[in-house]
Amino acid sequence: MTGDEVRAAAERVARTSYGRLVALLAASTRDIALAEDALADAFERALRTWPTAGVPGNPQGWLVTVARNRIRDLLGSAALRTAAPLDDQTSAALAESAPDAIPDKRLELLFACAHPAMDPAMRPPLMLQVVLGFDAARIASVFGMRPTTMAQRLVRAKRRIRDAGIPFRVPTRDDMPARLPAVLEAIYGAYAIDWLDQHERIRESIADEARWLAVLTASLLDTEPEAWGLAALLTFAQSRAPARVGTPWPPLDEQDTGLWDRALISEGEALLRRAYALGTPLGRFQLEAAIQSAHCDRARTGTVDRATIVKLYQGLVAIAPTTGALEALATLMGQR
Amino acid sequence: MRYSLLLHYPEPTADELGPEALAEGMRAFQAYAKALDDAGVLASAEVLQQSNATTTVTLAGGEFVVQDGPFADTKEQLGGTFVIDVPDLDAAIEWAKRAPSVSWGHVEIRPTATRYVDGSWQGAQPVR
Repeated sequence: MTGDEVRAAAERVARTSYGRLVALLAASTRDIALAEDALADAFERALRTWPTAGVPGNPQGWLVTVARNRIRDLLGSAALRTAAPLDDQTSAALAESAPDAIPDKRLELLFACAHPAMDPAMRPPLMLQVVLGFDAARIASVFGMRPTTMAQRLVRAKRRIRDAGIPFRVPTRDDMPARLPAVLEAIYGAYAIDWLDQHERIRESIADEARWLAVLTASLLDTEPEAWGLAALLTFAQSRAPARVGTPWPPLDEQDTGLWDRALISEGEALLRRAYALGTPLGRFQLEAAIQSAHCDRARTGTVDRATIVKLYQGLVAIAPTTGALEALATLMGQR
Repeated sequence: MRYSLLLHYPEPTADELGPEALAEGMRAFQAYAKALDDAGVLASAEVLQQSNATTTVTLAGGEFVVQDGPFADTKEQLGGTFVIDVPDLDAAIEWAKRAPSVSWGHVEIRPTATRYVDGSWQGAQPVR
């Protein structure tokens, strides 16, 4: 195997499982920076050894094992005595060859980042970095901040999680209303960033990862309508990804509906029905998903139902008057 | 993890408080300490004399200055410390919510960085 092929294999693992591996490695020590450093070392070693030894059957398991040994070295034996050992489930999973057997602790990590003891302004950037693997410079550009400033704040936020003893745990039902919005907001932010980057191949990009995370969050929480709403919203948005070609992308109303992904549209409808089934009032993400659903319906009917979309936008700006929603509504009113 | 629950609250006089409120406060603190102790998480509990009994010393200006009163003269003063040993911040927050003074002051939850036990400092460095 050539160096380029190995590099490509390592990058593929990094892209698809970065957050999953960080979440797993950080869960026992609550030290995200340490987990990231250890994982970076493991990736470096993969690039050195895989060209001659071959890519292992379970690359994720290989990386976790190497990174865990690195953490053990860095912490030293004294510190390790006080750190919680990996649970049996994890140890067993590492011995298996199927990557899916590795437990997914990303939700726990998301809720640690969105903990009430964390600065609200730092929750979304932190989640984008540690769960979805965005680098500080890219996050900084989205939040209109200098890369060095953002990098410093991310370091401080990770240190706070470790030093304050913020748990990696999914909140109880009582705590959920206070804790969930920050998580949904960050997943939404992650998807929006990816839209701006037209150079990445859409199907393999982090947008898919963000959509997947939204669906996973909704599925695991089960009874949170806004989580289902966000999952539906991102699924509708992603269904139109194949039509976002050229520079600049054609506007929504001019896109070739033949390019839209019908399977994702149906999935979006199903997700939105899950949200609706949990009752009213509709939250921000459900309304945004309903707007996307109405747009996607052009693939079936051939026309845009502007009256419905205006009504949905009016509902949206009443509860969440974001710049984007207000501008969209103004444009729609201007077109009539 | 070990945390110090630092209880900050305004300092009314016994007269302002009245005998009933005073007795009720003492009952609440008794129940709180017992609950912590029964749960096996209590390391120490101290309710402090009011800040008019405090004395502050410094060598910061090059010579010792001893003065009456607290370092910072604020509306709420440090009135008590409870050191607890619990799994994580969520557990510490739950205990902080149960502190009697939470309804008339603030409870600060500060993790222990390092602790002197059996002749040496143990645990993390306070600055790293």
